[in-house]
Amino acid sequence: MSTAVGYAAVAGQVVVVGAGAPVLTGWMRQVRARLEGRAGAGVLQPWRDARKLLRKEPVTPIGTGPAFRAAPALLVASTAVVVALVPLLSTDTPVSGHADLILVVALIALGTLALALAGLDTGTAFGGMGASREMTVASLVEPTLLLSVFALSIPAGTTNLPAIVSGAVHEPARLASPAGLLAVAALAVAVLAETGRIPVDNPSTHLELTMIHEAMVLEYAGPDLALVELGAQMRLTLLLGLLSSLFVPWGIATGTSWAALALALVLFAVKVALLGAVLAAAEVFWAKVRLFRVPELLAGSFLLALLAVTASYFLSGTS
Amino acid sequence: MSGSLYTQLLDLACGGFLLAAVIVLWRRELASIIRVFALQGVALAAIAVLLGAHEGRGDLVGVGLGVGILRAGLLPYLMRRALTVIDADRRRYSVAVTETRETQPLVNVAASLLTAALLTLLAYAAARPLTELHATPATRALPVGLAVVLIGFFVLVTRRRALAQVVGFLLLDNGITATALLATSGVPLIVELGVSFDVLLAVLVLQILTTRVREAFGTTDIDDLRELHD
Repeated sequence: MSTAVGYAAVAGQVVVVGAGAPVLTGWMRQVRARLEGRAGAGVLQPWRDARKLLRKEPVTPIGTGPAFRAAPALLVASTAVVVALVPLLSTDTPVSGHADLILVVALIALGTLALALAGLDTGTAFGGMGASREMTVASLVEPTLLLSVFALSIPAGTTNLPAIVSGAVHEPARLASPAGLLAVAALAVAVLAETGRIPVDNPSTHLELTMIHEAMVLEYAGPDLALVELGAQMRLTLLLGLLSSLFVPWGIATGTSWAALALALVLFAVKVALLGAVLAAAEVFWAKVRLFRVPELLAGSFLLALLAVTASYFLSGTS
Repeated sequence: MSGSLYTQLLDLACGGFLLAAVIVLWRRELASIIRVFALQGVALAAIAVLLGAHEGRGDLVGVGLGVGILRAGLLPYLMRRALTVIDADRRRYSVAVTETRETQPLVNVAASLLTAALLTLLAYAAARPLTELHATPATRALPVGLAVVLIGFFVLVTRRRALAQVVGFLLLDNGITATALLATSGVPLIVELGVSFDVLLAVLVLQILTTRVREAFGTTDIDDLRELHD
């Protein structure tokens, strides 16, 4: 019985994130449109876009190799594996023993790397430029991601993400410490940079010179483009979900009961929708920073993460 | 006050204290640097009041309140006044905007943030033997004070604007005060009063000096004072 609930939780995470990611993106666009005084296209627009793209015939540019063709599938697949691993709905799943922090960050980086290789593979100027920028940002974001979650793993005594989350559910005082607050700030900046949101990259830009993520995927069309967009949307949902699991873990199922799982599902949707709305509202007021200022922002968030680690190591008195 | 709540609040105040020092390093607008410095003064006062309340010493609470009034109210007020004079001049004579911003520090901002990380680790390493002597929540937070001292030194060395350097000097002094409070559970009232008046006088003198420097050279960029060597 207990394993049935566990498998249901894993399947639920993958299905909810896969089906909900375009809806989340549509919801964020809708919030943004309303704040800017526009009517907006409705929350289901990304799904309609995907349907339109999937009906087109697949086209690849001349001279592109396997890296270009495999990247969209690899991006979606690696993201789906991470979604199955991390504790979004339940901390007690059959795969929760493998959900190590370093593995999760490495799988996220694998998707980024696949897309960057695809950008290089096209051989166009913008593809290469986008790939080089994406790798610059990624190399600065990965240490921050690792360190900020590491700050939370010190009081838990393990780098296993479900263990960290279930520890935080039982001891909420861990999150109100300076280490917890610094880590949430650092992780938030890292999530913004990793998903290409506004202070670092503008997801709706049409000016090639300012693009980072979009410049890499300029050459994709048809079903491949639908996959790339689904992958990007799933990563956004995944990282926002991870942020909410780590810092507002209440409501995540820690045991094996169907009722807790259903409650966790509803709360997960509410938390991610709320985070998305806050992010969309903030983006209305922010401007994209210059590309040469991005390392400064990321160095700041790295410093916050490092301070979080030192604070949780020295102040908490476990040393 | 229960033990765990006291530890939590003290940790929170120390975290805010260190964070303010880091943000001073991060920001470029002199106005926002001064605002963050005022917030750091609040955190320092909170540390002193918490220590006083925990040990039941009224004089320490008094020291905390005094520190709060001086460092969160009076010193930022003085610096803001010097800044408004510069700002008004800028509007009148349309001098370059760079006067109210720390546009070109000697070490760029990303590198100085990483240096701050190293300095913090150094402070933790250096304070290790002291912490091990007598591990209480207060002495465990001792590295925070040392880190702010080092970051203050760093700001003092790498910034060009006179006002940014004054903030660096005051960060250094905040760090020293915090270290004294955390290490010895509070200095005598008379010592703290002496130090506070010293700092106040220094800032007054530096404010006048800044105004004179600007009148003589038209800028508060300290690097331009090199000519005085000849």
